[in-house]
Amino acid sequence: MKTMLTIISNALCRITGRNVGAQTVSELLVDLSEYVSLTSPSTPDLAKTQRQPPKPPPVSTRAPVEQLVSPQSDPLDAPGARVVVSRSFADLTTQATFDIKKCDLHRLEEGPPVTAELTREQGLQYYRTMQTVRRMELKADQLYKQKIIRGFCHLYDGQEACAAGIEAAIHPSDHLITAYRAHGYTYTRGVSVKEILAELTGRKGGVAKGKGGSMHMYAPHFYGGNGIVGAQVPLGAGIALACQYRGNNQVCVTLYGDGAANQGQIFETFNMASLWKLPCIFICENNKYGMGTSVERAAASTDYYKRGDFIPGIRVDGMDVLCVREATKFAADHCRSGKGPIIMELQTYRYHGHSMSDPGVSYRTRDEIQEVRSKSDPISMLKERMLTNNMASAEEFKEIDIEIRKMVEDAAQFATSDPEPPLEELCNHIFYNSPPLEVRGTHPWSKLKSIS
Amino acid sequence: MAASVRCFLRCAQKTVSGLRGFHRSVPAAVQVTVRDALNQAMDEELERDERVFLMGEEVAQYDGAYKVSRGLWKKYGDNRIIDTPISEMGFTGIAVGSAMAGLRPICEFMTFNFSMQAIDQVINSAAKTYYMSAGLQSVPIVFRGPNGASAGVAAQHSQCFAAWYAHCPGLKVVSPWNSEDARGLLKSAIRDDNPVVFLENELMYGVAFEMSEESQSKDFTIPIGKAKVERQGTHVTLVSHSRYVSHCLDAAAVLAKEGIECEVINMRTIRPMDVDSIETSVMKTNHLVTVEGGWPQFGVGAEICARIMEGPAFNYLDAPVTRVTGVDIPMPYAKILEDNSLPQIKDIIVSVKKTLNI
Repeated sequence: MKTMLTIISNALCRITGRNVGAQTVSELLVDLSEYVSLTSPSTPDLAKTQRQPPKPPPVSTRAPVEQLVSPQSDPLDAPGARVVVSRSFADLTTQATFDIKKCDLHRLEEGPPVTAELTREQGLQYYRTMQTVRRMELKADQLYKQKIIRGFCHLYDGQEACAAGIEAAIHPSDHLITAYRAHGYTYTRGVSVKEILAELTGRKGGVAKGKGGSMHMYAPHFYGGNGIVGAQVPLGAGIALACQYRGNNQVCVTLYGDGAANQGQIFETFNMASLWKLPCIFICENNKYGMGTSVERAAASTDYYKRGDFIPGIRVDGMDVLCVREATKFAADHCRSGKGPIIMELQTYRYHGHSMSDPGVSYRTRDEIQEVRSKSDPISMLKERMLTNNMASAEEFKEIDIEIRKMVEDAAQFATSDPEPPLEELCNHIFYNSPPLEVRGTHPWSKLKSIS
Repeated sequence: MAASVRCFLRCAQKTVSGLRGFHRSVPAAVQVTVRDALNQAMDEELERDERVFLMGEEVAQYDGAYKVSRGLWKKYGDNRIIDTPISEMGFTGIAVGSAMAGLRPICEFMTFNFSMQAIDQVINSAAKTYYMSAGLQSVPIVFRGPNGASAGVAAQHSQCFAAWYAHCPGLKVVSPWNSEDARGLLKSAIRDDNPVVFLENELMYGVAFEMSEESQSKDFTIPIGKAKVERQGTHVTLVSHSRYVSHCLDAAAVLAKEGIECEVINMRTIRPMDVDSIETSVMKTNHLVTVEGGWPQFGVGAEICARIMEGPAFNYLDAPVTRVTGVDIPMPYAKILEDNSLPQIKDIIVSVKKTLNI
């Protein structure tokens, strides 16, 4: 099977002039589909443009939802994009309304709406975001297997709709904190793929200069990346306290998993957040497994949206980006109106194992994984919706895919070639705004310096 | 009401001492208990910076379990003086999170024994974050409360945490002795942009010390990381922190009658330790005795020994360093047992004489 893959991908490389062949079957399928579209007689011009892919426009997800509607953000209008599509834009639907799954409610009379409006621009933006996270995580998988990334690496593929949907519903001025499966949120909160991958490979160009690694990446209004399961939940409530203290109408989105949901400190936090009406959206990303322990084996009650008891909760389809977005909007409104905290349970799924050292098949079946991939993949679902409703063309999506692939490839290139942090940096950043101090090295004659 | 009565008394005291001092050029000093010094420091810092707030069990309406925060809730209200439920891990995490978002919390532990429930938030969420983020995320927080043995509170309520916290990079650990220390160091801790563990001592709260006029000014701070020589001496250096500085000074007074002059150093800060001050003193006296309330193994005294050995002062030692510590047992309850579990003045005297080979 593997040699077949290698043979076919090598053949494709020779034909298309690509340097690096497909590493996985799914990549191979993408390559093949590109090749098919290249040689299809109906789009001869496309073949020419594919040889020099256009410069990808900035993939920013920090723009608030209102800005996403403006025509400037349409990636196909960006300078350098020379794409010929077989249909004109006049044919495409610019906005559509979709039915979304009704959320289960706890201590709430009404929940989020059961329909969601989506503009073309929004759809392409969400697609772009999710596809970027997907490709970035797959690239991390590849780099880890090549031993270029070491230590912990907890991948987010399958759960993209959660990160994308949440970010679509909040403002950059709101706050977000999550646990260790953090790469997706690091991206949606504004850190470039380049800086994320370089942090994973431990280079000085990484967002934390190589000192943090996979679980410790930060950005303005994004508080990581936290390695201790559940510890981020009180932290998130503290950030919400700061919002309340300052009266700035901001909220804090505090994420945790189904495994963490049984941590005592989370219940302590629920109590205080409710008592003090902190503007905190507690979100449980239920991907059905805490490491290798299924939810049924870990929790006496798997209704995570009800576990807050006196805190209202909603259970949301976490594989549908629109569902996540509408639920998060609802939750944010709830908090901003001074009603106190709210809990969202996002039902989602991770394709990879718990981390790169877990194949992910000893406690669940390959069939289960395959079923989710084929029936509920968040990216496919959005793409299907848009294609079925004539909101975008298949070629557009392909173009975006190619752009993203190139961007991730370039980022990986940087992450592999950037130098490691210099040894002079070893002891810096112990204290902030403090005079330099001496740090003891491994032996008494090794006297190192630490500056803020 | 209590505050204004205190104010009146203070003014009266000032006037009286001012009158007495009419013939001298010494600034007017007052007697202030450690408790009041801490209270004033917090009051002034709360006033100075609106991002500062206090949270902990019983800090607001109860006026503080040990009355250290007396009057603050009446003055500053619910938003800034926050009573928490009994949820150390939860409220410590909340305090750390609020610091990450730009506030400047003072997180009180009723005693540091209870901080063990929250120690993950202190170490993993507070201490390490600035480093892990390579400078992107700072955590300006103070963790304060009584540390070490009290009187008759038995094993679970008597542990000294100086060594535990001082072990960790990313934390500053401070241990004041007298009122001036308490005031100046707490102000510095609150103004510091890093996590500071502030170890008070319950038995010192009610002890009054004279405070100079300078030390009563609103901007009086004592630098973190600098020890103070409380008493000059020539024959032996006594290094201590917190309550045992008193014991050292008392022992020094007794020894002086026998012609032994002790230099007493008040560490003030455990981490970063002011080794230079200790070394300078040892190079003068050639003898070193450390005194602490905590257990001996892996303790503050053990660290001082290791550092002295690694530095230039080793060659000036005429005898090995002696550590005077708490007895290596959980704290018993019965008074006679408790008294014999902690360093007494006679233990220090014996140790000094042994070190000097007298």
